Amino acid sequence: MDQIKQIIESLLFVSDSPLAIDHIKQAVPEADSETIKKSLLELKEEYEARNGGFLLHEVAGGFQFRTKKEYKDWIRRLFQPTPPKLSAAAMETLAIIAYRQPVLRNEIEHIRGVNSGNSLRILLERRLIRVLGRREIPGRPLVYATTRKFLETFDLKDLKDLPTPREIEGMEIKPFPAPAQEPLEITADDPDVPPEIPPENIA
Amino acid sequence: MPMATSSYEIKLENVFEGPMDLLVHLIKKNEVDIYDIPISLITDQFLAYLEWMRALNIEVASDFLVMAATLAHIKSRMLLPFSPADESDETEEDPRMEIAGALIELLQMKSVAEQLLDRPILDEDIYTRHPEKTMFLFNPEEDIVKTDLFDLIQSYHKLLQRTAGQTGLHIMAEQITVKQKMNEIINTIEEKGTITFRELLSDHPSKLEIIVTFLAILELAKINLARIVQTSKAGIMRLFYK
Repeated sequence: MDQIKQIIESLLFVSDSPLAIDHIKQAVPEADSETIKKSLLELKEEYEARNGGFLLHEVAGGFQFRTKKEYKDWIRRLFQPTPPKLSAAAMETLAIIAYRQPVLRNEIEHIRGVNSGNSLRILLERRLIRVLGRREIPGRPLVYATTRKFLETFDLKDLKDLPTPREIEGMEIKPFPAPAQEPLEITADDPDVPPEIPPENIA
Repeated sequence: MPMATSSYEIKLENVFEGPMDLLVHLIKKNEVDIYDIPISLITDQFLAYLEWMRALNIEVASDFLVMAATLAHIKSRMLLPFSPADESDETEEDPRMEIAGALIELLQMKSVAEQLLDRPILDEDIYTRHPEKTMFLFNPEEDIVKTDLFDLIQSYHKLLQRTAGQTGLHIMAEQITVKQKMNEIINTIEEKGTITFRELLSDHPSKLEIIVTFLAILELAKINLARIVQTSKAGIMRLFYK
């Protein structure tokens, strides 16, 4: 089918959130994943070459048209003021959750050395993090993880796309015996559907 | 070689939120090698800071005291000669690992937070095709303020008062249920995106119509199908499709 690229382009145009390949396949069953992926990458290049006002981004496990940041000032004039930027404390808390999820509040506070209640509340309100459930240990503390909205907000393809911490003071970071856990894959399309949790941790 | 500082020379622009922040500050200020922390110097400066806080009558949180005790403990362990190897350990762990490990983790997270902020951020640097509809300014002078229950009730009362005398029209309004009204409203705002409370009503609404409309709006807000926003100046209430 020679119109595949145009079809996919029109789907991307009408979609209001990043479109995953599987999602596209549902609407275009006559094409296979390989062809769809190839078309997407071709479209991405075409939009880059076009030098227009927006590009095709790979973000949050799918593809979405997004404006170029060079034009943000003009776009802003069309909108009412955006919510205030996140504080350093909230960003720090968010970074910890992103890297250590699923994570408990007291684990976060242990790293930061300060009370993180306020930051957690703000991040929850902005839907950048969510509660996955409770850990079945005394106190049944809440477990936190980042959301799909987090990926969309920071223009990340997936959790593996998270930046690696910079070298500290020009030295290589030697591996420390810190509890490093593989970032949890968020695979569900609905940001509110919790992913699988190891049964011994969560009820 | 980091210069020695006496307690009188420690000037700080801000009071630190927690002991870790203070440690990070001291580490950076003294350009300390995290893998070889001069524990004595850091402990002394840390304690000097606590003294400074007390001198200014700033209450010292217990976390700071715990950290001070930890630092002092590590310092004392560093001073002791290594005990002969125990059953399992060939090398005794560097007592500073306790602090160094925690500091490295915190510094890494701070660095990542910075790097995340450097990325293009949605609704700040880059935008998508369906941004939140509330973002479009209908009238730049409109100051959109979230409304609370009492404002709603006041609006409703005002409307009722205004229509109190309008009993002139004898055309029977069709009896309409709240559910029907809800559907009507949803269809309207699905199409238009937004509408004011007043626009939802007919030109000369009966009391019944006002009540039913108001209830419908409340129900829609309750089941999260619509959002109610009030402009501060005119007290006009607007519904947005969620």
